[in-house]
Amino acid sequence: MTAWRTNGLPSVNQLRTEMDRLVGDFFGGVSTAMPRTFASIRAFPAVNVWEKGNELFAEAELAGLKTEDVDISVTGNELTIRGRRPEAAADEALFHRRERGAGEFSRTLRLPYEVDGQHVEATLRDGVLSIRLPKAASARPRKIHVAAK
Amino acid sequence: MTEATLQKEAHGDVETTRTGQVYRPNVDILERPDELLLAADMPGTRGEAIDIHFEDGELTIRGPVAARQPADTNYLLSEYGVGDFYRTFRVSEQIDASRIAAEYADGVLTLHLPKVEAAKPRKITVHSK
Repeated sequence: MTAWRTNGLPSVNQLRTEMDRLVGDFFGGVSTAMPRTFASIRAFPAVNVWEKGNELFAEAELAGLKTEDVDISVTGNELTIRGRRPEAAADEALFHRRERGAGEFSRTLRLPYEVDGQHVEATLRDGVLSIRLPKAASARPRKIHVAAK
Repeated sequence: MTEATLQKEAHGDVETTRTGQVYRPNVDILERPDELLLAADMPGTRGEAIDIHFEDGELTIRGPVAARQPADTNYLLSEYGVGDFYRTFRVSEQIDASRIAAEYADGVLTLHLPKVEAAKPRKITVHSK
C-alpha cells in the first residue's frame, strides 16, 4: 500500500489534492455531514490513520470536547466519528476573532478492511482522540500449513 | 470600544530553535467589559508546558507537542501534522499583565487578559440642572 506522510508538510492545497486522491484510492469515498458552522470546514475532524500489525489506528484532534461529547461507531469497515462542540459563550461579549468551529459534526471513513467492532477502543485526552481498531478475524492473514507427506 | 483590539499576528516566519513544523492554533477572542478572553485550540500539549509571554503589547503563546507516533510511521491517511503550537498577537488594549490568568482543559487554552482600570468603560452620568 502506498504510504503518505506529512513530514516536510506540503501546502494545504497540495495536501488536499493528495488527500482526495488517497481517499479515492483507498478509502472508497468519505461521506460527511456537517450542519451549521462546521460546514465551512471541508471535513471535520481531520483524521490520521495508520496500521501496525493486526491493528488500525485512527487519531483526530477534537479540542474542547469531553468523552461524553463524542460518539464513535464501527460497522464492518466503516468508522463514524460524531460529536458536538459547544458554542462559545456569546453573552454580551464582542468577538474579535472567531476561528474555532462549533456545533455538530459527523464523519465517516471507509477503512481498508473490516475491523472487529467488539474490540475497538477509544480514548480522548487533552483534545486528542485515539482509536484502536483490531482487524476482523476475516481480514487477518491466514497462515496455511503445507503438510508434508 | 476599540475595534480590532487584537490586530493581525506578527508577520514573517517564525524562527524556532528546535526543528520541526510549528502550527498556528485557531482562536476565539472576545471582549468583555473588564477583560479580553482568548480561547485557543491546542490539543495534545500539557498545561504546565505552555509558555505564555506578554511584553510591550505583544502576546506570545507556545505549546510544545511531542510526537505521538514514530517518525517512520506509514500513514494510510494523513490529514494533519503534529507539532508545537505557536502564535503571537499584538494587543492594543491596555492589559494588566500581572493579572493574566490561564487554564488548560480538554486541549483548549483559555486566557484571561484583564484590562487596566483606565481602559474599562465608564458610565458617565449626565446631570440635568
